Amino acid sequence: MLRIPCPWCGERDETEFRYRGDASRERPAGDAGLTAFTTYVYARENRCGWHLEWWLHVGGCRRLLKVLRHTLSHEIRAVGGPGDSLG
Amino acid sequence: MSPAAKSPPAPLEAGRASSGRYSGWRLFLEGLTGQRGWSRAWAKAAPRPRYRVVIVGGGGHGLATAYYLAAEYGIRDVAVLERGPIGLGNVGRNTTIIRSNYFHPENIRFYEFSLKLWETLEQRLNFNAMVSQRGTLNLFHTEAQRDLFTRRANMMRLHGVDAEALGREEVKELVPLVDLDNGRYPVLGGFLQRRGGTVRHDAVAWGYARAASEAGADIIEHCEVTGIRREGARVSGVETTRGAIGAEIVCLAVAGHSSRLAAMVGLQLPIESHVLQAFVSEPLKPVLDVVLTYGAGHFYVSQSDKGGLVFGGAIDGYNSYGQRGTLPMAEEVAASAVTLLPGLARVRVLRQWGGVMDMSMDGSPIISKTPLEGLILNGGWCYGGFKAIPAGGLTTAHLIARDEPHPFASHLDLRRFAAGRTVDERGTGPFPYAH
Repeated sequence: MLRIPCPWCGERDETEFRYRGDASRERPAGDAGLTAFTTYVYARENRCGWHLEWWLHVGGCRRLLKVLRHTLSHEIRAVGGPGDSLG
Repeated sequence: MSPAAKSPPAPLEAGRASSGRYSGWRLFLEGLTGQRGWSRAWAKAAPRPRYRVVIVGGGGHGLATAYYLAAEYGIRDVAVLERGPIGLGNVGRNTTIIRSNYFHPENIRFYEFSLKLWETLEQRLNFNAMVSQRGTLNLFHTEAQRDLFTRRANMMRLHGVDAEALGREEVKELVPLVDLDNGRYPVLGGFLQRRGGTVRHDAVAWGYARAASEAGADIIEHCEVTGIRREGARVSGVETTRGAIGAEIVCLAVAGHSSRLAAMVGLQLPIESHVLQAFVSEPLKPVLDVVLTYGAGHFYVSQSDKGGLVFGGAIDGYNSYGQRGTLPMAEEVAASAVTLLPGLARVRVLRQWGGVMDMSMDGSPIISKTPLEGLILNGGWCYGGFKAIPAGGLTTAHLIARDEPHPFASHLDLRRFAAGRTVDERGTGPFPYAH
C-alpha cells in the first residue's frame, strides 16, 4: 500500500487516488509535426528508478498531484501541485 | 538416501545436450535401473565470442524463438542469454491460461495460430507440458455485456474459431460453484471456448529449452546483458556480465524490461512496465474443471492438477519494476472471487507473487524490426504473453530468418503507432492499462 502525502489533505492511502501516468511529458506545439506528437502520445521513458507521475486525489481534494516516486522501491520523495518542479 | 539420489547427473558431452527421447517405455526401463540414466534436459552452454543471432531473454518467447529458428528455419548459430536461471521470469509467473477468444480479425488469426501450435506442442517438443483444453468460460452480467460478447463470439465463428453461448442453467451445470444470483452482479450467461484451457508453464520453458538446445542453440544462463553494441546504424552485438558477444541480429524478448534494453540504444518504446499479481490457494479436491472469468470485475481462476486454485486480476495500476504486488489489488481480487464463488470464502491463499509486464499503448504486442538495423523486438505482451508463446516464437523466428514479418504478425509492427494502425482490441485509446 502506497501512502501518498497530499499537500492539501495529508498522508492518505493509494486507494483514494487515481494514477494518471508519466508527468514528465510536455505537449508539443500545434505545428510540431507527426513525429513529435507520436512521441508525445505513445513513447514513454518508462524508467526503472525515479519517476515523475500524475496522481488525481479523487477520494479527497480532487486536485491533481505531481509525485516523484521510485518504480522499484515505491519510495515517494516529493509531492507537489501541477506547476511545481520536483526535479 | 538411495544411491540413485546421490549420484550426480550424467556429465554432458561437449557440444549438444542429449537427453534422449522421453517416453513411457523409457520411464519404465529407467525404473529398472534406479532412474540413473537421465541426463540434463538442456546443455549449460558457455558463451562463444560470436553468434549469428543473439536472443536476449530466456523466457517463453526467447526460448521458443530459438527453437523455431533452428527447427523451422535452419538457423542454429543462436544463443539465448538469460540473466537468471531458466523459468523464473514471467514464463513461470503467469496463470497458465491459453485461449484465442479475441475480437479483431488479425488478433483472432494470431492467437488461433498459437492455440493450434499448443495442440501439437507436446508431440513436437517430446515434452509433457500438460496441455489441458478444459475450456475457458467468460461470464456476462448485463445485457450490454451479452451483446459485446456475442459480437466477439460471432467474429470468432466467422473466422472458424469455436465459441458457444451458454445460458444460466448451462453455466450452473458446468460450474456448480458459481453463485448465479449473487446480490451485486447476477450471472446472465457465459461464452465458452472449449479449446481454451491451461498448460503447465514451467514445462513450456523446460520443453522449449531442451528442444532448442537439442536443435543446436546455446542456452546461456546467468548472463545479463549490460549494453548493446552498434556499428553505425547496425547492431553488432551485446555486452554481458560474461563478456562481449558479437551478433548479426540481436532479438530482445525481455517483456517487462523491454524499455530498459531499448534505452541502451537510445530508443523509447510505447510501453510502460506494470506489476501483475497472481495467487494460488491451498490444494482442494477437484471443484473447477474450466478456466472461469468474471465479467463484472477483473478476475480469472482455474484449478491446477495439484488442486490449488490459480487466480489473478488486473495490474496494480502504476508503473512498477518490483516483482511483488500491493494489498489493495489483492483485496479486490479476493472480493471478486468471493462474490462469484462464495463457497470458496474460507479457502486460504497459499502463495502470492508479482510479475513485471510490458503494458503497450494499445494493449497489443510488438513483434517488429526497430530503427536500429538488426535489432528485433518481441515485447509489449501486456498480460497476454503466455498463451502467445508458440506463435510469438515462430513469427519472431520468421522475422529474423526471412527479414520480413510473418503474415500472422505483420499487424504487430512497431511503426503502427506513428501510422495510426494501432490494434486496439479493447477500443479505449492510447492508455497502457488494457488487458
